[in-house]
Amino acid sequence: MYKNFLRYLTSVIFLLGFSASASAEFKVGFVYVGPTGDHGWTYQHHEGRNAVEAAGIKTTYVESVPEGADAERVIRQLAQSGHDLIFTTSFGYMDPTNKVAKEFPNVKFEHATGYKREHSNVSTYSARFYEGRTLLGHIAGKMTKTNTIGYIASFPIPEVIRGINAMTLAAQKVNPNIKTKIVWVFTWYDPGKEAEAAQALIDQGADIIMQHTDSTAPVQTAEKAGVWSFGQASDMQRFAPKSILTSIIDDWAPYYVERAIAARDGTWGQQDTWHGLNEGMVAMAPYNSAMGSDLVKEVEQLQKDLASGKAHSFTGPIYDQKGKLLVAEGKVADDGMLAGMSVYVKGVEGDIPK
Amino acid sequence: MIKIEKRNDVPTTLYFLTPFIAIFLTIIGGGIIFYFLGFNPIEALKFFFVTPISNLYGFSELLLKATPLCLIAIGLSFCFKSNNWNIGAEGQLTFGAIVGGGVALLFYDQEGFYILPTIIIAGALGGMFFALIPAVLKTYFNTNEILVSLMLVYVSKLLLDYLVVGPWSNPEGFNFPETRQFSNSARMPLLFEGLRIHAGIFLALLAVMLSWFVLYKTYLGFQIKVSGLSLKTAKYAGFKGKTMILVVFMISGACAGLAGVGEITGPIGQLHRMISPDYGFTAIIVAFLGRLNPFGIIFASLIVALTYLGAETAQIFLQIPKYTGQVFQGMILFFLLASDYLLFFKIKILSLKKNDLRH
Repeated sequence: MYKNFLRYLTSVIFLLGFSASASAEFKVGFVYVGPTGDHGWTYQHHEGRNAVEAAGIKTTYVESVPEGADAERVIRQLAQSGHDLIFTTSFGYMDPTNKVAKEFPNVKFEHATGYKREHSNVSTYSARFYEGRTLLGHIAGKMTKTNTIGYIASFPIPEVIRGINAMTLAAQKVNPNIKTKIVWVFTWYDPGKEAEAAQALIDQGADIIMQHTDSTAPVQTAEKAGVWSFGQASDMQRFAPKSILTSIIDDWAPYYVERAIAARDGTWGQQDTWHGLNEGMVAMAPYNSAMGSDLVKEVEQLQKDLASGKAHSFTGPIYDQKGKLLVAEGKVADDGMLAGMSVYVKGVEGDIPK
Repeated sequence: MIKIEKRNDVPTTLYFLTPFIAIFLTIIGGGIIFYFLGFNPIEALKFFFVTPISNLYGFSELLLKATPLCLIAIGLSFCFKSNNWNIGAEGQLTFGAIVGGGVALLFYDQEGFYILPTIIIAGALGGMFFALIPAVLKTYFNTNEILVSLMLVYVSKLLLDYLVVGPWSNPEGFNFPETRQFSNSARMPLLFEGLRIHAGIFLALLAVMLSWFVLYKTYLGFQIKVSGLSLKTAKYAGFKGKTMILVVFMISGACAGLAGVGEITGPIGQLHRMISPDYGFTAIIVAFLGRLNPFGIIFASLIVALTYLGAETAQIFLQIPKYTGQVFQGMILFFLLASDYLLFFKIKILSLKKNDLRH
């Protein structure tokens, strides 16, 4: 009896000591889908990580983690090796994140752009990139001479379709003759394919190139061809100084710092975050002076209105390609409709790949 | 003057020792790279080669990763031994996964003991069919199997892209490029609760046993070996070369197809675009590192699998770039080829005499 008691006591002390040493230091882990040097999606998440580190919190990252069988192991390893909060920064990590979260109830998980929060320690977050697209549409409608906008799209998921629609609606508002031509490349990152797509669009008369992919190849192709372009995810200005009119910047840093501090201080709770221009998760790079000061002023005003809620990217009346009313006059699309968006609005050419 | 001569007698022990020499040199080379990257080489190597398998979970992950590599490499050994250069195992894996996954999707809302075996057979047949394309073109139209099998990799990957984006995409999946989750009956049974290692490992072990038997105990194995050593001898002996080419490609394709099915019914559980991080190409290194010997391949697949896991832990604990894993795989192959060269050839340094020029 006495012996047993001693044995229990020693094991309890051992366990306490062990868990204390494991959680001695608060650590945050990041899982990236691409290389940190992609100058797009992953680069911006990495910038967010740097901000967390600068706030005095220790971080770790793993880059280029395929969205297949490997993701689960990497996420689990981070959880096992004493990370208290783990950001998984690509859609394909959705199921593995939830699976590992179940096994590590004391570790917090944040999954970007997904919709599954199966356990109370999983939050999801994304940005209202479409608000940035509205600004690009406004600029594109004013700047195009050929009335043709070239759009390089990745996958026909709601986020990408939302961007195409937001841009087209804004462009139509300032230029009713606008046409949006789309090339689907079915990749997030493939400089070769993206460059070819950009060239194909330019050959079809597009004098504005925009992209929903992560490499800098499209803007560089536009620069060479002497047409306008917009950067994606991060400020790509230095890759195409003449051609880029502005870039949509994904600024994850404030969110990452806030959530990391909350997790460290014990105030972290499950939530679904969808922040935009207002909160600064979507930001715009400096506008190119070639736009002219009048247009810059207009766009800056629109940016303010979108942030304050005075303007909305999806304000009715909005019709789909067949002319069916999607949003009535005077109404705006609700988040549920935006989250599941799977049809083009009027004025977009072609069909959504099925 | 340097003269390179073929060695007539290559000692067998040395032949099987060189892979170990190559691995040893890779570790040394890796240590040097880590040193110049500013890390303590001993510590970095420890994180690379020891930490990943320091617990049961890590060990299970190692086996999980080695399973497809081993299966594919076993299949490739039949091709390579008989001088057939099947470079397209990745495509055969993908096509096998497409066919097997298609069957799994047919049964997505059903349960039953017959589902998994059907999927496995379908996957093997799919891989086999896809490997037959370069084999038939080679035997009847004299095309180059390296090119054809390699190009078919892209065909199968694009087909998979098309299917998961379009007709097979999950109707409730918001258009994301992935299929439904397979039903439980379509999943490989897990061997231990909480670990990902699944019954697919028995397929790999079975393949090892069968390939050993076929290669060393049957007439077909003898034909394969002779054709590998000398095609002329094989012809003179009256072997039916065409049939043999078709058979080795079919074996190779079936193994790759099984590997693909093992991945989608094992750790993944659905079809999407990222079902294989190029296992089909990495298995080429595995096959050669294992000396095309079934038991050597088991060992080689474990080593190469470890380079994948090691790259992850090295990045987690030391923030060493993850691409070092690929550097290690490249180094293993490089050192293996280099030591093979020295094994098979003598390098003589001759002093240049005047009368030598007259020859």
